[in-house]
Amino acid sequence: MINLRIDDVPAQAEPGQTILDAARAAGVRIPTLCHLEALCPVGACRLCLVEIRNWNGKLVPACATPAQEGLDVVANSDRLTSLRRTILELLFAERNHICAFCVSNGHCELQDLATELGMDHVTFPYRFPALALDASHAKFGIDHNRCVLCGRCVRACAEVEGAFTWGFAGRGVHTLVEADLGDRWGRSVTCTGCGKCVQACPTGALFEKGKITAEQEKRPALLAEITERRPRA
Amino acid sequence: MRRIQVLLCSGTACQSSGSDKVKRALLDELGSHDLLSEVQIVETGCMGPCELGPVLLVYPEGTFYVRVKPDDAAEIVSEHFLKGRPVRRLLWTEGAPQPQEIPFFSRQMKLVLRNCGTIDPEKIEEYIATGGYEALGKVVTLDPAQVIAAVKESGLRGRGGAGFPTGTKWELVRAATGDTKYVICNADEGDPGAFMDRAILEGDPHAVLEGMAIAAYAVGASRGYVYVRAEYPLAIRRLEVALAQARKLGLLGARIFESDFSFDIELRMGAGAFVCGEETALMASIEGRRGEPRPRPPYPATHGLWGKPTLINNVETFANVRHIVLGGAAAFAAVGTEKSKGTKVFALAGKVRNTGLVEVPMGITLRELVFDIGGGVPAGREFKAVQIGGPSGGCLPASLLDTPVDYDSLSRHGAIMGSGGVIVLDDATCMVNMARFFLEFTADESCGKCVPCRVGTQMMLAILNRIVAGEGTDQDLVRLAEIGDMMKNASLCALGQTAPNPVLSTLRYFPEEYRAHIRDRSCPAGVCPNLVRYVVVPEACRGCDACRRACPTGAAQGTAGKAPYRIADELCIRCGACFDACPFGAVKKEPR
Repeated sequence: MINLRIDDVPAQAEPGQTILDAARAAGVRIPTLCHLEALCPVGACRLCLVEIRNWNGKLVPACATPAQEGLDVVANSDRLTSLRRTILELLFAERNHICAFCVSNGHCELQDLATELGMDHVTFPYRFPALALDASHAKFGIDHNRCVLCGRCVRACAEVEGAFTWGFAGRGVHTLVEADLGDRWGRSVTCTGCGKCVQACPTGALFEKGKITAEQEKRPALLAEITERRPRA
Repeated sequence: MRRIQVLLCSGTACQSSGSDKVKRALLDELGSHDLLSEVQIVETGCMGPCELGPVLLVYPEGTFYVRVKPDDAAEIVSEHFLKGRPVRRLLWTEGAPQPQEIPFFSRQMKLVLRNCGTIDPEKIEEYIATGGYEALGKVVTLDPAQVIAAVKESGLRGRGGAGFPTGTKWELVRAATGDTKYVICNADEGDPGAFMDRAILEGDPHAVLEGMAIAAYAVGASRGYVYVRAEYPLAIRRLEVALAQARKLGLLGARIFESDFSFDIELRMGAGAFVCGEETALMASIEGRRGEPRPRPPYPATHGLWGKPTLINNVETFANVRHIVLGGAAAFAAVGTEKSKGTKVFALAGKVRNTGLVEVPMGITLRELVFDIGGGVPAGREFKAVQIGGPSGGCLPASLLDTPVDYDSLSRHGAIMGSGGVIVLDDATCMVNMARFFLEFTADESCGKCVPCRVGTQMMLAILNRIVAGEGTDQDLVRLAEIGDMMKNASLCALGQTAPNPVLSTLRYFPEEYRAHIRDRSCPAGVCPNLVRYVVVPEACRGCDACRRACPTGAAQGTAGKAPYRIADELCIRCGACFDACPFGAVKKEPR
């Protein structure tokens, strides 16, 4: 057992567990977005950044940092809340996240985080790039304007379904999630149509066709439910 | 009997200014005078003063010729080689034919670059003749712990930019558990204006391979990779030649020097992403995945390439290693400052007389680097700042010229040692526009994985674009500092963490220039197109009509033959066509 402190609460972790695992077990809330149970952590969204007091106040992603003996972790503070709010603002300003017109309104992790962290307006200029919407798949659609590039779909497809349909194309702000090296989703020969990517998506970027906003509730926990039922090697 | 040796620089810079043609012309001339058996031409790596290329050095007396054209070959052969009279017009400085009499060379201290410009990098025999692979031969008889102790004692720190103590890194990899370990040489040099690693790889590739082999022995690795950018074709070719020669002589491969130590090296070419210079992104790229960094810890020392313990050092770091083994750690540590030991190679570029590649002892001041070695700013202009450390670095003003060049002094002032790119800026440089240039670079090179870097660089760039267009507000300056601070703390890798540095350091040392752009809508350096105006200097104008013909909007006005012309500011779109067209320099840009 590894012993550490998170927000002055004693916490414990098994070897191989992360600071986030320890925090959850100890009942300390840390906001996350790109993290999803059952998928490899990537530490990309930076919302789960926590401060390590005994590493000179260094900020590390709780989801991707192994728990270590004696760590003194600050998971919630004014500094961290303001940082997380800024990161959310950047996400809202990056593409198009006008909730009133989104299929995921009311069931969106980005929206929930904004509410939780008190992000009541965006102080950055909205970029509103004109990105495509691919509705070529029979059951699902992808609207790049709503995508936050968390990569949960990419990892769900590779790590749980094993299809490797999704991947990142381009770089920087021009990065796009693309099927089969840039083909239309509907023409993908690797996609099994399982829909795990849609369930993993935290926003309205991936959605089910033929469902109204009120029905568009996702089950991100589905992936962990699947992997937990698998026999362990 | 060979009585004359000609060392002809064949680095990338001299090749692009025509060293190949000079070589052919010299060979032709030598052939026609029947001197081929008496004069030997040796193609070497970079000699340093790249702007003066093609350069060549004639031994035994050591005459240094610059800007040699193929047409000069006849005179060099007939006057110098036959009659013993150096061709004075081709000397760098009149009266100082020898390199050691020229400050550019005499103020340098060449350790890493010792072989660059003196040996043929494609002949392993020449490297061995300078003591090459002797260090490796010695090391395989030692205990790995002794090797690491020597590197620690030398005080060598990583030359890739961050300055992590090299010996400590080796020790961590040695201590990591695992049967398979890797050594990687990071040769993905991507800073604009930096060419130190390229010169080392082109001029002395074996020094890097030998350093890697020594490191591999010390940490217990049997396989190494050089990750070199595909934009360096000459460096790649010379590495391939060097690898083949080293394998042939048994200096790489199984049972090196008949010891139990086996080690071999493969090349991997980078496909042109700046972020792949970041160690975790580089390893992802070698593994065949998208070149994106991942959070650390775990560090490569324990979880590196394919999850195995991995040592990753920069080209110049590896090139230092043999000198520590041969000369001893104490001798190495005798050069430099308390916490920065040895020498550092810099690429001098920008508004400086002697652009090129230099190697100096750590702790030399910026003033010595820029003025004594670099020769200062060309006539007619004044020194303004030095940008050091590339897109991750900062700008230091004239008041800090006496700062010693070492890891800690530079970072204390908001710049970084970086990999060694030094860009000298004169008073015709707009600092806001300079910061904008670097932000444009990092915004373009951000991999897009983490939010602070991906979107933060875009937001900073948008603000800088507004400021240089004359649409900035005071609030923008506060905002730049806020976003910069957020990116420094929250970005995933060093690219995002250091991307704001050019902006933050110019805000710190040149705030009045930002304010002039915002409050006066004026660019003091006369650079930002929206914030300058074009005027005709009446005394210089000859009424040639060139500006009027070039002007697309009718702003340049006048009658042919009747000077002076005038430029109507209200019609001017600031395209600069009149400025470019005027043959008399009568059109001037001035701050609005």
